[in-house]
Amino acid sequence: MKVVVDMNKCQDHGQCVFAAPDVFSMDGDGHLVYVSGPDEALRDEVEEAADVCPLQAIRVEA
Amino acid sequence: MAATMTGRVVVAGASMGGLRAAEQLRAAGWTGTITVVGDEPHMPYNRPPLSKEVLAGKAPFESLAFTPKEAAADVEWRLGTKVVAARLDERTVELDDGEAIRYDGLVVATGMRPRRLRCPGPLDGRHTVRTLADAQALRDELTRPDARVVVVGAGFIGCEVAATAAGLGVREVTVVDPLPLPMVGPLGELLGRALLKRHEERGVRFALGAGVAGFEGGGRVTGVVLDDGTVLPADVVVESVGSIANAEWLQDNGLDLSDGVLTDDRLRIGGRPEAVAVGDVARFPNARYDGIPRRVEHWSIPTDTAKHAAKVLAAHLAGADDQLAPFAPLPTFWSDQHEFRLQSFGAPVLGKDDVRVLDGDPEGDVLVGYHTSGRLVGVVALGGQAAAMGAARYRAQLLKSPALTV
Repeated sequence: MKVVVDMNKCQDHGQCVFAAPDVFSMDGDGHLVYVSGPDEALRDEVEEAADVCPLQAIRVEA
Repeated sequence: MAATMTGRVVVAGASMGGLRAAEQLRAAGWTGTITVVGDEPHMPYNRPPLSKEVLAGKAPFESLAFTPKEAAADVEWRLGTKVVAARLDERTVELDDGEAIRYDGLVVATGMRPRRLRCPGPLDGRHTVRTLADAQALRDELTRPDARVVVVGAGFIGCEVAATAAGLGVREVTVVDPLPLPMVGPLGELLGRALLKRHEERGVRFALGAGVAGFEGGGRVTGVVLDDGTVLPADVVVESVGSIANAEWLQDNGLDLSDGVLTDDRLRIGGRPEAVAVGDVARFPNARYDGIPRRVEHWSIPTDTAKHAAKVLAAHLAGADDQLAPFAPLPTFWSDQHEFRLQSFGAPVLGKDDVRVLDGDPEGDVLVGYHTSGRLVGVVALGGQAAAMGAARYRAQLLKSPALTV
């Protein structure tokens, strides 16, 4: 599974951090960092994170 | 099992909840037809920017439209069409063009519409913000030279609109509300005071503890009359005084429609396994809290309800047991006002009587916890971008079982 975040859209709301904390987190300045190739077992929560992104900036690829 | 999946699911409502329901039905294995019926002419789009970026002229429609998941590419969209009635015993819905559609499964996703003020005076110049058309019409008015804006209702949408109007440089913007503080209903006094101060510092005026008695003006509104007789001059009025569920079309089916449509803990309506409700029209018990059915108009709810309801419905239509635990979402939302952001996780409204500062200071970035019987039920972050990071530390605690019992 490949995760791509459009960082031009991302506004660091952090909804994804709540939905999928193993994949998305905030750095010390409150900016988003994420794992681009997470384990397949995390697919459900990654999809949830993409669904609840306020800017719809997260894409999940097969 | 796939062989049994013929037939049709009708999704009534083509906003975020309707889209997510269609996608989640595919994810749950439903291979039959999905027909989504929506009264707006648009494909599902993201509504939160309507009171912010769209009003500010920063977001064209293309940037709002959701991109449906590939699995939902074969969904049949009936846009610009409204579901006007249902006969649940006959598994049939009726559309405003006279057509009747029979279904095997029904998803109620018709959402809400703005409540309007019923007091005397002209209608012209009075706005609500729910649809793209609403936001575009209001934007045209906010860009009038020297506009004086009165926002009725100091909830999230009202405060967002006021902040956006102030940012656009309107001559003046005043927010009117019968309650003593903005957003005090959902957030309580501590944050209500902090938010009032921030808005006032940025030029937004408030008339709090005041109701609206009527509107002045001939053909078009020129002023808002408060219940103490004060008149606020107004070129533009925004009514953000709550919303009404679009559930009238479900009448005469023996359902509880007293506030949205009542569901069970699997989001089914009227005890019917083939009919579910999603999004903010659904009044559902949340097993994470006290189990009292409530409608929840939060950002995450269309997604969460759609996922659960789709699993329930797809399992029923396949003749299987859904084996799901009772629905227990963790609601989340955010609100951007001026340059600060509010982020809410959990159900702060249930813990307003025991509010504690968890970190920071209400004058700056602050993290606030809401408790019931000593248990943390909600966390709200107010401030800059880093505030959400603090809230994330409480995720495990907010998700902790067992459920609250009252």
